[in-house]
Amino acid sequence: MSLFEARNITKQFGSLTALDKVSISVPEQCIYGLLGPNGAGKTTLIRIINQITGPDTGELFLNGKKLMPDDVHSIGYLPEERGLYKKMKVGEQALYFAQLKGLSKTEAMRRLKYWFRKLDIVDWWGKKVEELSKGMQQKVQFITTVLHEPKLIIFDEPFTGFDPVNANIIKNEILFLRERGATIIFSTHNMGSVEELCDNITLIDKAKTILEGSVNEIRRKWAANEYDFIFRGNVKIEENSLYKILSQKSENDKTAIRLSTKEEITSNDILNTVLNAGNLISFNPALPSMNEIFIRVVESRN
Amino acid sequence: MSKISVIIKREYLTRVRKKSFIIMTILAPLLMASIFVLLPVLMLSGERDDKKIAVIIDGSEIFREECIGAIPDTKAEKFVYLQDVDINDMVKTFGAAGYYGVLYISPEALNTPLLYSKKQPPSGLTEHISRNLKNRIEKNKLQEHNIRNLDSILMQIRTSVEVNTTLVDETGKLTETSTDVAMIFAYLGGFLMYMLVFIFGSQVMRGVIEEKTSRVVEVIVSSVKPIELMMGKVIGIALVGLTQFMIWVILLVGAVGVVQSTVLSKTNTEIMQSLPQDIMAGNQQVSEAVKSAEVSPELMEISEAFDNVMNLNWPLILLSFVFYFITGYLLYASVFAAIGSAVDNETETQQFMLPVTIPIIIGLLVAMGTMQNPESSIAFWFSMIPLTSPIVMMARIPFGVPYWQLAVSMALMVVTFIAFVWMAAKVYRTGILMYGKKTSWKELWKWLRYSG
Repeated sequence: MSLFEARNITKQFGSLTALDKVSISVPEQCIYGLLGPNGAGKTTLIRIINQITGPDTGELFLNGKKLMPDDVHSIGYLPEERGLYKKMKVGEQALYFAQLKGLSKTEAMRRLKYWFRKLDIVDWWGKKVEELSKGMQQKVQFITTVLHEPKLIIFDEPFTGFDPVNANIIKNEILFLRERGATIIFSTHNMGSVEELCDNITLIDKAKTILEGSVNEIRRKWAANEYDFIFRGNVKIEENSLYKILSQKSENDKTAIRLSTKEEITSNDILNTVLNAGNLISFNPALPSMNEIFIRVVESRN
Repeated sequence: MSKISVIIKREYLTRVRKKSFIIMTILAPLLMASIFVLLPVLMLSGERDDKKIAVIIDGSEIFREECIGAIPDTKAEKFVYLQDVDINDMVKTFGAAGYYGVLYISPEALNTPLLYSKKQPPSGLTEHISRNLKNRIEKNKLQEHNIRNLDSILMQIRTSVEVNTTLVDETGKLTETSTDVAMIFAYLGGFLMYMLVFIFGSQVMRGVIEEKTSRVVEVIVSSVKPIELMMGKVIGIALVGLTQFMIWVILLVGAVGVVQSTVLSKTNTEIMQSLPQDIMAGNQQVSEAVKSAEVSPELMEISEAFDNVMNLNWPLILLSFVFYFITGYLLYASVFAAIGSAVDNETETQQFMLPVTIPIIIGLLVAMGTMQNPESSIAFWFSMIPLTSPIVMMARIPFGVPYWQLAVSMALMVVTFIAFVWMAAKVYRTGILMYGKKTSWKELWKWLRYSG
């Protein structure tokens, strides 16, 4: 069953259509990637999920029930455009946000202590936000997003501003939250982290859904007719009627070649012709990266 | 605790705990008081650069003698009566001779004496000359009638008339008042209203801009509705304003108490001490006795002024002030909040500020004019129009306003502020999430019509 569902969401700003009948269905305990180029409508969709703005038409469901105003307590949101009050102290501020999410002061205090210890930022409690580095502020924001233990957490570009070490800490925290039962919507332009983290994705472009499904399936589907070969030594093969050469690179006494074929030709056919070229050491169906798929899908629409 | 109260608490506490708030709360009344005390002192001390003015009198010997000494010296000006000096030479040389100016009086143009000077003379100087010269000429003319004991007659007929005002209400109760006192408090009420609405209204705007530029706003509106955030801020800052106002009232009442117990008790005891022997002389003479008692006239004046201040309808003034502050502030603060939400930084607010500032300034100007004629139709209408009524009505109240007018003005105020808050909330909701685009009036109008 899906934890969150949006059906046929349409939103207009004057004459501009920000979302055109977009639907997403987020399974429970899934990390769901929300992808798309700038201005595609992702932020609008996220704002609608957070009830910051309402859709013109369409319905939203959380846990199978219609999304209600009080459901903001079950949702955590780390926006891309995020910030903290600069003159306020870190601890005070974290308490404030927790109270806005409906936590009592004592409960918020207890949980904050746990998280501040976990992310090793106890010493910052009494410091003003303006004294912190950007990465430090991000940690505080991460805590305020997850403190009220939301069932659905929305992260919009959560890794910007983090060094690799801290980005890894946050990545592990996200995986940990999922293990403990949270469902995560994850919006990013960083396709590497999509491959690493996301189970399912939706790709939105120009207000419409253009691709959706599980990451593995999508990659396999797009990989159907491409193969990677690695030969020992400097090897050169010629194009023929069976396949086209997409790339051919020799390096460190190895040659990597990628071929694309037509649908009706099997991998055996190709192997038979290519084996003569040299000493083959590996052969794989090529999985295109999410980055390539993203670019190809979006460009094919333009 | 509901969310809006969490927001109000934060907005209130972060401001009240600031050092600048504490300093301003204490310093502002001191500053005001010192302006009232220091300004007259400064104005007087400014006159202490001695100006010498040469007076040349033309005409016959007798005329000259009559006019000599006609204009007495003042603190700042010395009048030197010169004889046998040609006016044409003097006009060329008075600067070098150390004179500020030359006054030329001739019998042919008695009503239009000439004052030569290098700089435009201050009005105080010309008034001083014309007043004294007029007195002297009038006296001279009287003397020509050969009236006996003219000087003592003149002393005797010298009078000063001062209108004492007393208000009569429906029950026939009399209240002594003073137009001057009413004017002072009309001015204070109107001006204070203007200051508070402006200061705290623009604080709201700055708060909104801060939240927008620091990008904290999107996190917050994912937890609370935009209107809750806006109203939380507006109310929190209103409470800051009211706190400050209350502290000032307490300080003022305290100061009045101190003055009363020190200065006024002294006058009272002085009057009491001088009474007993006079009471023997009969009731009729009691008032005479009070007058002749050794009470300095300044103290009497202060005491009278205090009575007049106390005779103002204070509950009405304070309650109206609080009402008009709250509603007027809510009206303007919500507009300021909408403006703050529409811009990316404070410099961009200029184009929106002007149309908001104009009604406030008009209100202030009308309020100042109101003091001359609080019943005028311009004062009436501007005390009804909600954009100006907080300021203008506060200036009218010390003079007495019919209750129906007050009721209509307040009702209009309530309706309008609700409408303004509603519209501002719509603009605000859209504005806080818009970045990087320069906003126009047309844009604001579009936002006003967006659906939820």
